[in-house]
Order: sequence, then structure tokens, then C-alpha cells
Amino acid sequence: MAEKPKKPQELVQSIEYKPPRKRWMDTPVEFHKGTFNYSAAVDKLKYLDLPYPRKWQPTEEDWQLPDNWQEIIHKGFKDRLDKYRSFRVFMDICVRCGACADKCHYFIGSGDPRNMPVLRAELLRSVYRNDFTTAGKILGGLAGGRKLTVKVLKEWFYYFYQCTECRRCSVFCPYGIDTAEITMMARELLNLVGLNIDWICTPAANCFRTGNHLGIQPHGFKDSIEFAVDELEELTGVRVNAPINKKGAEILFVAPSADYFASPHYYTLLGYLALFHEVGLDYTWSSYASEGGNFGLFHSYETMKRLNSKIYMEAKRLGVKWVLGGECGHMWRVIHQYMDTLNGPADFLEVPVSPITGTKFEHARSTRMVHIMEFTSDLIRHNKIKLDPGRNDHWRVTFHDSCNPARAMGLIEEPRYVINHVCNNFIEMPENTIKEQTFCCGSGSGLGTDENMEMRLRGGLPRANAVKFVHEKNDVNILLCICAIDKATLPPLLEYWVPDVEVGGIHEMVGNALVMTGENERLTDLRGTPYPEKEGGENV
Amino acid sequence: MKLKEFLAKNKKVILERWFDRIIDSYPADSSNFLRHERNRFDNPVGYTISRDIEYLYDALCGGMADDRLGTCLENIVRIRAVQDFTPSQAMAFIPVLKDVVKETLAGQTGDCSTDSELTDFNRRVDRLCLLGFDVYMKCREKIYEIKANEAKMRVYKLLERTNLLDRESINEE
Ligand code: SF4
Ligand code: SF4
Repeated sequence: MAEKPKKPQELVQSIEYKPPRKRWMDTPVEFHKGTFNYSAAVDKLKYLDLPYPRKWQPTEEDWQLPDNWQEIIHKGFKDRLDKYRSFRVFMDICVRCGACADKCHYFIGSGDPRNMPVLRAELLRSVYRNDFTTAGKILGGLAGGRKLTVKVLKEWFYYFYQCTECRRCSVFCPYGIDTAEITMMARELLNLVGLNIDWICTPAANCFRTGNHLGIQPHGFKDSIEFAVDELEELTGVRVNAPINKKGAEILFVAPSADYFASPHYYTLLGYLALFHEVGLDYTWSSYASEGGNFGLFHSYETMKRLNSKIYMEAKRLGVKWVLGGECGHMWRVIHQYMDTLNGPADFLEVPVSPITGTKFEHARSTRMVHIMEFTSDLIRHNKIKLDPGRNDHWRVTFHDSCNPARAMGLIEEPRYVINHVCNNFIEMPENTIKEQTFCCGSGSGLGTDENMEMRLRGGLPRANAVKFVHEKNDVNILLCICAIDKATLPPLLEYWVPDVEVGGIHEMVGNALVMTGENERLTDLRGTPYPEKEGGENV
Repeated sequence: MKLKEFLAKNKKVILERWFDRIIDSYPADSSNFLRHERNRFDNPVGYTISRDIEYLYDALCGGMADDRLGTCLENIVRIRAVQDFTPSQAMAFIPVLKDVVKETLAGQTGDCSTDSELTDFNRRVDRLCLLGFDVYMKCREKIYEIKANEAKMRVYKLLERTNLLDRESINEE
């Protein structure tokens, strides 16, 4: 990581190896390779009508800011303080008790103090004090205020794109301050002067244009689903029906797009297809709402709103009764916490009722959208599917609570309930690393790109460390999760920290265990891994 | 007293000082946490360092060289290889032990170890450091390999379907 090699003379003198022990406020940000994200492509910014599109990179000295950038940010700050009461409260009430300080995975893995949530927020709060409070206006630095300079702006960019908006810190704050929302505000402010990252803006622009992150067009989407149907038939002998854009279907199913083009997501897709067929669900995919994820959440309120509206517009166009969503993480943050004020309430739809069990999902009364974990656990609870958990005996599984389902929607028991019915060997990781206290994968909120790998490996260390523990102690060999970002980012994380542990989705396990009417004897699991020769008959 | 006895007798204080010196390589505002948080899941960095330097120390003093030495060394180096250090800073945690031992010896009254014993000990530390560099390089290479593979995995099924995937190039999927 050494970017400028020292001369031998200097090297000998600096043999102490101790970095200067400056306090955080006096240490300027350095953009080392592997720890930041590249700026957004100009055409994508234009596509989303975002301000000040230009070519620049964080490592450059001159970020080519608009002349009046301070004014723009000041005004943006003020607008947001007026618009969101929560933001003003979060700026004001922190007592710096430090309860959150050591709860962030980036801090734990990097030891960089500005990754303490309280200090991350302080980056913004210090400017708030300076610009918007009386004490700060008079006393400046003495009251903890700082002027917004280019140096501070660079610090913002560096550290607010080192927060995965996972909300672990907020679980520990006695005042309920949500640092993730502070990060969201900071990113919005950065966006106002054209400071965006590509890993967020390109998927968002693609999604806005074609309906999914990769920009796959309707015929490509159709191909992908049909390919999966063929493959499932090869594996099970059952040809399933996977309707696309079927008007008048009862349910619209929306999954994260990675489920149909990435691995290991794909095996989860096979699981969905098998399950829906087996219970005879009247549903449809949509080639326009072909993305459950919403990278707008990581960008700004406006972008999130635009992407979210596509799902509901499609639901309306197809005339479905309600929407079912796949194994996605942040999609549920959007639905549960923001959808109502974004585009809701979705009262042109019906309150979701499972057509198989009759269960009414009252909690989705307003969003009219149900998580597949809720749907499947309800099926199991009512004994509507036949399961052979023995078909997952080659897996010793543990479960990673993805930040958003766990903390944003409290989806904690359902996934465990399902796992316990489809797998015989389920081992929990230690209590302070799961459920509400789950450690982030370290790559969420649009930070999961390869140029940022060192930072991701640091941030993912606490999660991987707990996986390593159950791997060594209990021979765990697969980490299950219900989030597409996790499925993409946990494999490289584990490859570095805990090789030999795979990553999979819960519906992959459901698909393995599901006994389908008319199926052939399963010779392999959904990954195509052969089962050991059976000695006795099938044990259902 | 022989150096060996000295090292055994002063193990606790040397380990404490060694640990402190390693933690000093992190920013000042973080060292309190890294030093004092004892839960291994809440503080994997501090926990791993403090647990595994003890084994390294025993190995250096007693000459054990089994698999566990490699594992302990790797546990620490793997962490430091992704943190914000230059390679020399990342690996400095090993040679710093020489300073710690020297300082601790200096505070000692009475007849102590011979120069040759100390030279011998220092040589072992050097060897461990060189081994550490091998591990460091292995970790860095792994990071680049992961980066290269990640792009493929991200769109694995699309590539597979369009026959753009060279299956061989992805290590046993
Ligand atoms: S939201 Fe998560 S990533 Fe952001 S500061 Fe809090 S713990 Fe860290
Ligand atoms: S826990 Fe809450 S009040 Fe305490 S320092 Fe953190 S954000 Fe501030």
C-alpha cells in the first residue's frame, strides 16, 4: 500500500515504524488504493439528471468543485434540517457518551477512530455547529465547530463512503441516534456538488433505465428465467411454470436481479421456482420491475423514490393483488421504513393474504409487500410443503442476519424457523454477532466493489471472525443469508478470512429439501453436487 | 541468570510491553479500545494479537516450530495486511520484540545473559520476521486474486450462459 517509497536515508530514520500519534481532527485524509470508491461515470449522472457531472477521481488534488460549492452545501444542509426533524435532533442531542464508539465493524476492523460512529457523525456535526448553532457561530472551534473547507469535504467523502448504513451503532445508542441516517444526509450533500461513486450511480441509472442493476433488457431477463427453468428440470425432473408479465396474476414477485445472473444467488432462484410451482402459486415475474434492490437508498431520497415507484407501477399495470419480495436486504429497508412516504400507501393493492394458507399479513397493510421468509415460514407452519431436510445433510449451516432484514424489519425468527425445518445441522454464531447485533458484511450500501477491497476486508473482519469461530469449533461449512449483496460480498470475504466456508441462500436449502410432486430421485443438490450413494430408501 | 530463564521469568511483562508496542502502531484515539476490550468477537484485532503473540513468544524462547506457529503468525499478519499500513509498518510488530527484550534486560540488575545468547534470540526473531513477510505476500496476493475473480463471480451465470466463462480460470467453483 506504500504509494511513495521512501529514500533509504529516510527509511533508516523512520525505522521506529510508529505512525505520528496525532488526534483525529489533525490527521488529513489520504486516499490509499483499496480503501475508496471511484467516482461516478458522467453518462450515468446525466441519465439520472444529477448535478455537476464531470470527470474526477478522489486521488486527484482538484476535485473541480463548482465555484459556489460551500453555498450549495450550506443551503442543502439547511433544507434538510428543516425537512427532516430527525436530522436536526440527531445533530443536536448526541451527548458523546461513547456507547456507539466501538460498535462499528469498520472501526473494529481498521482501528481508524474516524470510523467510530460518534466521530463519523462528528465530521458533519462539527460543520453543523459552526454554521447553524449560536455557540458555534460565536465560539467556532472552542464549541467544537469547524468551517467547511475542501479538506473537510474530502474527509466527508472518504468516511461517509466507509459507512455501510448498517445501523449496528444505533442499537447501542441510548438516544436512538441513527448514524446511518446521518450518513445518508452526508451523501445527499456530497451529491449536490457532484461527488458520487460509480458503484451506486451506475446500478441506479441502469435500474432506472431497464429495471435492474446490470441493465439487462426484457429479452435477456426472459432468457435468464427460462434458462433456470430448464436447469431446474434437469435437476429435479419437474418442469415448472415461471410466468413473466402475466396480467391478472394474483401476486407480483420481485427478486434482486443478482438472483438470476450471479452465483451463488442463482441456486436461491432455483429454490423460489421450485417452491412456487409446488404450492401452485398464481404469480408473475416482471421484466420491468426486474430488480428488488434499490441503490437509490444509498444515494438520495429522490433516487430511491424513483426506483421504488417502478415496482408499484408494475404492480398496478399487471393488476396483481399484492407483491412478494425475494431474498434481498436493503429492499426491505426501503419498503418498511421509507416506502410509505416515498410512494405509498399502496392502497390500489390488497392487504396481502397467502392464497395457500389464508394468512393475512397485517403488518404489510400499508406497503402491501411481503418478504419471502414470512411467506415460506407461514407455509411450513401450516404444513403445506413436504420437506426432506436430510438432503441438506452435507451442509453444516450457520446464519448471517443481514443488517436490513434484522435491524430494519425485525426479521429474526422467520429465517431461523425455516432453516430449522430444512436443515438438520444449524449452528448459531455467538450472540453478540447475530440478530439485532449482527455484524455487517462490510460491503453494503454500494461499497461492494473491487477497488475498495481492503476496506471491505477490514469492515468484514468482525463478521468473518465469528464465522471462523463456528467453522473451527463446529465444522460449519456454509454461511446462509437472505440478502443479494451478502451473497455477492461474503464469498470474497470468506475466501480471505475463512476459506472452506461457502455462502448460500435459505431458499437454496428450501429447494434442496422440497419434495416435489412427480420429481425424480435427486442425485445432486441444486448446485449439482452429487449426493452420496444411499444405503436405505428415501427418508422423508 | 541465563537469557532463557530471564525470558521465562519475565514473560508476562515482556508480552505486555510487546502488545503495547504493537497497539501503538494504531491511531492514538483507538488504542484504548484495542487494548482493553476483552471480548474476542467485539475486538478481534486486539484479541488475536494478544493471544497469538504469546504463542510466538513461547516458540521463540523454546524453539518450538510446529504448524501452530505458522497459524498464529498468519492470524496476525492476515489482519495487518489489510489495514492501513505500509508493508514495513505491517511487519514491524515482529522486530519490535527485540527492542522490548533489550529494554527489559536493561532494567534488570545483576548478572544476566551473554551476548551470544541474545544474538541467538535476535536471530530467531529475524527469522520469524522473514517468515512473516512470506505470509504477508501470500495475503496480498490473495487480495489481488480475489479482486480479479470477483468481477467474474458477480455475473457468473450470465457469463456461463453466454459461454464467456473460462471455467478453468475460476478456482473450483
Ligand atoms: S451505520 Fe454501521 S457502518 Fe455506519 S457508523 Fe453505524 S455501525 Fe458503522
Ligand atoms: S451512543 Fe448516541 S449519544 Fe452516545 S456518542 Fe453515540 S450517537 Fe452520541
